[in-house]
Amino acid sequence: MPTVAYREALNQAMAEEMERDDRIFLMGEEVGHYNGAYKVSKGLLDKFGEKRVIDTPIAEGGFVGVGIGAAMVGLRPIIELMTWNFSLVAADQLINNAAKIRQMSGGQFTLPVVFRGPGGSAHQLAAQHSQSTEALWAHIPGLKVVMPANPKDAKGLLKSAIRDDNPIVFIEGEVMYGDQGEIPEGEYTIPLGVAEVKRQGKDLTIIGWSKMVKLALQVAEQLAPEGIDIEVVDPRTIRPLDEALLVQSVKKTGRCLILEEGWPFNGVGAEIAYRIGKACFDDLDAPVERLTGADMPMPYNHHLEAMCVPDAARTIAAVKRVLYLE
Amino acid sequence: MSRIEREVVEPREKARSVDKAQLVHYYQQMLAIRRMEEALAKAYALRKFGGFLHLYIGQEAVAVGAIAALKPEDYVIATYREHAHAYAKGMAAKQIIAEMYGKETGCSKGLGGSMHLFDAPRNFLGGYGIVGGHIPIAAGTAYASKYRGDGRVTLCFFGDGSVAQGAFHEGVALAALWRLPVVFICENNLYSMGTPLYRSLSVTDVSQKALGYGIARDRFDGEDVLRVRDRIGEAVRRARNESMPTLVEIRTYRFRGHSMSDAGLYRTKEEVEEWKKRDPVGFGRALLEKANVPEAEIAAIEAKVKEEIEEAVQFAEDSPELAYERLAEFTYKE
Repeated sequence: MPTVAYREALNQAMAEEMERDDRIFLMGEEVGHYNGAYKVSKGLLDKFGEKRVIDTPIAEGGFVGVGIGAAMVGLRPIIELMTWNFSLVAADQLINNAAKIRQMSGGQFTLPVVFRGPGGSAHQLAAQHSQSTEALWAHIPGLKVVMPANPKDAKGLLKSAIRDDNPIVFIEGEVMYGDQGEIPEGEYTIPLGVAEVKRQGKDLTIIGWSKMVKLALQVAEQLAPEGIDIEVVDPRTIRPLDEALLVQSVKKTGRCLILEEGWPFNGVGAEIAYRIGKACFDDLDAPVERLTGADMPMPYNHHLEAMCVPDAARTIAAVKRVLYLE
Repeated sequence: MSRIEREVVEPREKARSVDKAQLVHYYQQMLAIRRMEEALAKAYALRKFGGFLHLYIGQEAVAVGAIAALKPEDYVIATYREHAHAYAKGMAAKQIIAEMYGKETGCSKGLGGSMHLFDAPRNFLGGYGIVGGHIPIAAGTAYASKYRGDGRVTLCFFGDGSVAQGAFHEGVALAALWRLPVVFICENNLYSMGTPLYRSLSVTDVSQKALGYGIARDRFDGEDVLRVRDRIGEAVRRARNESMPTLVEIRTYRFRGHSMSDAGLYRTKEEVEEWKKRDPVGFGRALLEKANVPEAEIAAIEAKVKEEIEEAVQFAEDSPELAYERLAEFTYKE
């Protein structure tokens, strides 16, 4: 299997889909002539021309709305947000239009549009450029929220997102674009709404997504010599959520830790914890535990920033709490 | 006396084509919209349905005239005050009224209500509840037309209140930058809700905004359906043939309040009466008289409209509601 970077996997997904269907176009800030702020769209302008790879002014509300309008009348836009931080400028378009037009029109209009770009915290970008927005979008019925954790998932999920007839929030890991990983050769897709067990284990389930999958896998390997056998489950799609697989894993291990980079209050982890608690009440040997980002805007200071997102040491401590080892 | 006074804008009338059948059609449409909204106001007062109800009474020539300049395949998108645009685009009164009643037979199955009428087969892309939020969508549908080269034009209606919104700026700016086939029509009825124009915009000639985007502009009074049709027709041709947007400001006036809950106390009686002298429906009837349409024929049109609206109200009354169990299918497409 070929090894590619996360950004290259996303690039392949868009190129292959645009090759297949000329209703698909890519629009966003710097996606064309600059080849993408994070180089995810590198080469696409050369391949598909200015008609299908469109640079926009800095006007998120405007071009997100353009994507919505174009999707309403039969095109299949991919709208790149330079980062999901900027999506908040276009929140009215995403929440009041993209998510609701199908329902408000009694099902007359469907919107096959993907909004994609990097999300999550990055290094020393401070409060306005370092945040996880998936809980905001996942709160909105009418949107689907997808968060790939490795190159294989990035390509397969993006292809499915592009083929889906609903508005998709596709959040890429801002600090993961360089991550290398194996991807299958040739055509493949990964269905939305299907979680994956990233590592089999029997003592405890860690549920995490995006960057947190990496952290969970790292901690699992670190603790293996101590005889702690961790299962790592990645929902991959936050909404719709593959509750069945998460529950199945926790029923097997009897213990659950949720890793979330974002804020705790009303977070995705809060929803998952409720569902696990309800479905696995008789199977749990300990309360469901969460380790989340700090409940505050991200500080700029490097050391303080590191304290505000889950890390290996605190994850290990949380694992041991759930296992009643400490 | 209000600081908003009658302002004559760009009269420049041209020789207009007056086709009797067209005049009859425009009058029938304007009258049906008027009668439909009067029926809605009555039903609302009787608590037959709830929600907001923003009536268009007084502005009928704008929707009817502008949409008369379109082909059926062209797109129309509007605000929450969109009953008239939906009707003029071809939606049946019974579909509109049933939607107000929240019935399954309404255009949006009773899920959208007064502010969210949609009609996909007739390319009516909806009414939207957030001021100005639909303007970038209009740029998007025009973008799709240009992308496909299908020759369709998008008409985007909004009120003067939208002009202060960032979404207006972004939508028009992108349409201008990319030369999209769209006509932006500001229905300037002089009040954004209860706030008069001079208190919401520093430049009250909205058409001047076009200068900043480098697009064409037009500006005129909206009581005459033929003037609206012909002047919007010019903008539609510019969109279709040159793929260039136009910003049009049409001065008009709503005779009622912003919505049913608004008594309109911020306007003087004299001001309202002054505008009522220029009632577009009355103007439409006068056009028929001038074209020597016999009174009996006009009376027949009026009787037919009355019957159409009465039947539509009855249809709405008698229609079923959507079952709760079916709601989920409208949230996501499988």
